[in-house]
Amino acid sequence: MSEGRAMDERMQRLADMRDDPAVDLSLDANAIGGLLAGIFGADVTGSDGRCASCSTVSVMGTMRVYMRGPGIVVRCPACTQVVLRVVETPRGTMVDLRGVAAVRLPG
Amino acid sequence: MAIEWQLGTVSSTRDETATVRTFTLGLPAWAGHRPGQHVDLRLTADDGYSVERSYSIASEPERAREVDITVERIPGGEVSPFLHEVVVPGDRLEVRGPIGGYFVWEAALGGPLLLVAGGSGVVPLMAMARHRARAGMSIPTRLVFSSRTYDEVIYREELDRLAAARDGFEVVHTLTRGQPPGWTGFSRRIDEAMLADALEPLGAATRAYACGPTALVEVVANALVRLGLPPDRIRTERFGPTGT
Amino acid sequence: MTERFVTRGFVGRRDQGTSDDGIAPDDRRRRTPPGQYLTSDFPVLSAGPTPRTPLDRWSLRIEGLVDRPVEWSWEQLLALPARDWVVDISCVTKWTHLDMRWKGVSVDTLLEGVELDPRAAFAIAWSDGGYTTNLPLGDVLNNQAFVAYEYDGRPLAPEHGGPARLVVPARYFWKSAKWIRGLRLQDRDEPGFWESLGYNNRGDQWLEERYSGD
Repeated sequence: MSEGRAMDERMQRLADMRDDPAVDLSLDANAIGGLLAGIFGADVTGSDGRCASCSTVSVMGTMRVYMRGPGIVVRCPACTQVVLRVVETPRGTMVDLRGVAAVRLPG
Repeated sequence: MAIEWQLGTVSSTRDETATVRTFTLGLPAWAGHRPGQHVDLRLTADDGYSVERSYSIASEPERAREVDITVERIPGGEVSPFLHEVVVPGDRLEVRGPIGGYFVWEAALGGPLLLVAGGSGVVPLMAMARHRARAGMSIPTRLVFSSRTYDEVIYREELDRLAAARDGFEVVHTLTRGQPPGWTGFSRRIDEAMLADALEPLGAATRAYACGPTALVEVVANALVRLGLPPDRIRTERFGPTGT
Repeated sequence: MTERFVTRGFVGRRDQGTSDDGIAPDDRRRRTPPGQYLTSDFPVLSAGPTPRTPLDRWSLRIEGLVDRPVEWSWEQLLALPARDWVVDISCVTKWTHLDMRWKGVSVDTLLEGVELDPRAAFAIAWSDGGYTTNLPLGDVLNNQAFVAYEYDGRPLAPEHGGPARLVVPARYFWKSAKWIRGLRLQDRDEPGFWESLGYNNRGDQWLEERYSGD
C-alpha cells in the first residue's frame, strides 16, 4: 500500500472516529486490568499480546475494549478483530480467548 | 493470582470543581502504587447487585496507605452520582489494585516529560506531577491541559503552585468552551501546533503520556508521531464516559 | 464463599423518569418484563467499532435452505412494502423502552419471494462487523421480526445499527442484529456471538431467559 493511500485511510479512520459515538464507548484494556488479572493470573496490562487474526503484537493495555453491552469485547488495535471476549454470568465468567495467539506473562 | 479486594475507608473529600470531587481512601493493607495506575471500585447493593468502575489514582505513592481518587459527577450515571451524593467520610468502599503496567511513570524513568490531558484525563498525570515534585527532581515537564472553562480546570490552584516552584514544571492550559475576561491562553482543541510548541524545548528524548477522551487521545498520539516522537515513547490512556 | 460487603446507601439503577410517555402506571408495570427497569433513552451499546458500509455497496441477502438466494440493494429495500412498528424493546442489560417507533420491512415480506426448504428451521442473522445471532424460524415469521431502517421518524443512525437492523421485539435486544446484511436459513442451529459465550440461546424476556441454563 503506498504511503499516501495509507495516510489517507488513517485520516479517514480518524475522521470517522471523531463522528462515531461508539468511539467514546471504547476504552483501552487498561480499564479491565483487574479482570484480565483474574484470567491470566497476573497484571498483563503492560504485557505483549499477539492477535490471532493479524499477528500484530501490541501491549495488552492498549487494546480496545468495548464494554457497554452484554459483555466485554477486546479488539486488536491494528486490525479491530476480536482478541478476547468475556461474559459474566450468574454461573460463572465465560471467557473466549481464541483471538489471543499468545501473551507474554510478566515475571 | 487475581488482585484481591480490600476495604478502604473514606477519610476525607475535597471539591475540586463544581462537579469534580476527590475522595481520600485510607487503605491499611495498601502495598503502594506507581503513578498512572488505577484502582477498581466495587459497589454492592443489599440485594447482591453490584457494579465496578475504574478510577485513576490521583495521589503520589509517597503518601503511604492511602489513595486519592478524583471523580467527575456524570448526570444520569450509575456510580458517580452515588459517590457524590451519598458517600461521606467514614464510609467504606471496596477497592482493588493497583492495576496497570503500561500507563506508568516514575522518576527513575527520567524525562523530559510531556503530559497531555483532556478534562478528567488529568488525574493519572497529576499523580505523576505530584510524585515528580515529591521526588525533588527537576525533570523538564510540560503539561498541556484542555478543559472546557476556567472554573472547570481540575487541580487549577495546585497546578499554579507546582508551576510557581520554577523547577522545570510548566502548564499550558487551553479552554475550549469559554474563557474568562483577559484570558491570553489557548482557546482551541489540542492540535499538532500546540504540541509542537510544547515539545520544542523538551526535545526528542521526551516521554509523552496522554490521557482523556478517546478522540482527543487519538489526535494527540497521531500528532506526536508526526512530530517525530518514537511511538514507544508515547503512552496513552483512553477515558470513555467512565465514572458514570 | 465469603459474604459480600454491602455498600451503604447503594441501590443501583432504578426506573428513570418516564412519566410523560402517556402510558398509565399499571400498563407500564404490566409491560415491563421481570428484572427490567424502564428508560426513555435509547442507550448505545456496542461490541465494536461502528461499521460504515456505503449505501451503494450495501445489500441484504436471504440465502441457505431456500430455492435460490435473494438480494436487495438499498434502493430495492426501500421500495419494498414497509410499515410502522411501535414495539416495546428490552435489552439484557436490563433497560426496557416502551413504544419505540420504527419503520421497516417485515421478515415475512422478505421471505415472500423465496421458497423455503422444508428442512429450514433456523435463521442465522449476520451483520457487518462480524456479529451473528440465531433464531428459530418460527420466531421470525408472522410479523414477529422486521428489518428496520428508520427509528422515531428518522433514518436509523449508525450507532443504533443503521442503515438497517433486525428487530425482534419478543426477544432480548441482542437478537435484534444491528447492521444486518443477511439471513441464512439452516436446518441446524448455530449459536451466535453472545449465545456462544453464555447468553441464552432463545432470549425470551418474559421468561427471563438471559443466560444459558436459565
